[in-house]
Amino acid sequence: MKGPLLIAAVVAAFAAVPLFVHSNVVFNFLVVTLLIALAGQGWNIIGGYGGQYSFGHAAFFGTGAYVTAILQMRYGVNAWIGFVGGIAAGAAVGAIIGGLAFRAGLRSSYFALVTLAFAEVLRILASVAPITGAGVGILIKLDLRPQSFQFQSRAVFYLVILALVAASLAIAQTLERSRFGAWLIAVRENEDAAMALGVDATAVKLGAMVISAAVTAAAGCFYAQYFLFVDAGIAYGPWISIEALLTPIIGGAGTVFGPLVGALAVKALGEGAKLWTGDVPGLDLMIYGALLVIVVAFAPAGLVGTLANVRERAARRLRAPRKGRAEAARG
Amino acid sequence: MLSPLILGIAVLNGLLTGAVYALVALGLTLIYGVLHIINFAHGALLSAALFAAFFAHQKLGLDPYAAALLLAPAFFAVGYALQRFIIGPAARGDERNMLLVTLGLAVLIENALLYAFRADTRTVDLPYSFKTLDLGFVFLAVPRLISFAAVFAVALALWAIMALTDTGKAIRAVAREKLGAELAGIDVAHVYAMTFGLGTACVAIAACLLVPTYYVNPGAGNAFVLIAFTVVVLGGMGSVPGALIGGLIIGVVESLGGFLLGESLGQVSIFLIFIVVLLLRPRGLFGASA
Repeated sequence: MKGPLLIAAVVAAFAAVPLFVHSNVVFNFLVVTLLIALAGQGWNIIGGYGGQYSFGHAAFFGTGAYVTAILQMRYGVNAWIGFVGGIAAGAAVGAIIGGLAFRAGLRSSYFALVTLAFAEVLRILASVAPITGAGVGILIKLDLRPQSFQFQSRAVFYLVILALVAASLAIAQTLERSRFGAWLIAVRENEDAAMALGVDATAVKLGAMVISAAVTAAAGCFYAQYFLFVDAGIAYGPWISIEALLTPIIGGAGTVFGPLVGALAVKALGEGAKLWTGDVPGLDLMIYGALLVIVVAFAPAGLVGTLANVRERAARRLRAPRKGRAEAARG
Repeated sequence: MLSPLILGIAVLNGLLTGAVYALVALGLTLIYGVLHIINFAHGALLSAALFAAFFAHQKLGLDPYAAALLLAPAFFAVGYALQRFIIGPAARGDERNMLLVTLGLAVLIENALLYAFRADTRTVDLPYSFKTLDLGFVFLAVPRLISFAAVFAVALALWAIMALTDTGKAIRAVAREKLGAELAGIDVAHVYAMTFGLGTACVAIAACLLVPTYYVNPGAGNAFVLIAFTVVVLGGMGSVPGALIGGLIIGVVESLGGFLLGESLGQVSIFLIFIVVLLLRPRGLFGASA
């Protein structure tokens, strides 16, 4: 099974969960996992396919979350429109950061540093500006009606984030099969060579950055609607920059399912560790940090990529003896 | 209100703070200059060193300045081992991998500290913590004056190591021409690890200088590391004099910015310098062309 069919099958399997499970704890876990998978898919587009490692995707997540909340609470805008506004604002921030960084020719370490710095600037500004509620943050008023993007049942929230993740999988798949995606991957593999072949590297990276920022901003918008609270440490905090990067790297950067697989693996491990030792602060992140080093060292293609490699090798081994036999018969 | 005297005091205080920034940045720039990696674990290592200095005082009764003599070699060994056995083999020379590995180590170390010691903030009480020197127009904190002098002593020692020892010569050779150095029989993996060790030792000394006046918690180092990145970028990646001067400049900017704009926005002014320098002149004031 491949391509759109595989996406449909995976989404259908996730969508069937509410038929069998009614526990809010499980839904909470799945919602947060899918939320991180969505943020990670955003990172995957510029980081995985484009090879530009951002250390500051919190800038987009936080902008999505804050703009959704501010439009609703300060300007009385409908939540769904606020949601779209949040995504647009995130994309705009992506265009600004990407435009500045790529035009200045910043690559690898320098790009990581400048994205990190932008996220920090936004975090500090959000913690002092009155419109963001400064140090207090913003509470979104409880209003459990579908037209305000709030639902009585956790299962509905779960289906909404699942739909967003499904859309992000489709975006990644479309990208992968498009000419634009081929340019992007060419830039990742060898920027100078791609430019020599006529690829406008700056424009391609900028385009990918905008899509990437929009997807991660969508995760931020959903966060605001789900938890109904945003503050600077949550929205622009380093945790989200790290998790958005961690999930595709662990799942498989530059693959359609990498972020989803990575998010499931990382969150399951984190929850497992908490069950095992009790909820001690730092433990889950400690495991994530170790996992990051281990994956880079031993499985640089991530879980999805490593699995594909293993399958390919097994297939080759299956083919090889048959060829041997044919040669023996001929000889 | 904005008399030159008050501004002068802000500048003096900024210079004293800036010296410690310079020392943290010195380790970072040394590692960048030779290994060409940005060590994202630098801040976490600083937090770890702060805890080490704290416990050296608490459990062994060691004065922080004396503890530096113990912690600098210990952290040199830690840095050496990290590069030789973890970062080097895991990253296999790929720049993106190095970013990820040092980031992973940063997350691991910081949260291991959080796990072990919780988020409580600790301070060391020393008889001289609040001693001041009266210059007639301003009182300067004695521990900060000591650290100011110590930073320049460390920079001098570092210069001596680089200029006068065989190891220093090997480090400079690898920084200039890695392949050539390898062909001349220099063990590059060893030199990389030595450099990382030296950079980490700088962090340990910085921690010992900070502990008398600063607080200790698992995130304490992070406050410095973004500033240290700024210093390194401003001074020029890999440039030692750049790190010293950049550190002093950033210290003064922060002090004046905090004085004129309030503490949070003073921080923003540093990051804005950082972004502007990165975008307009990524090789910094003293760096070789990027």
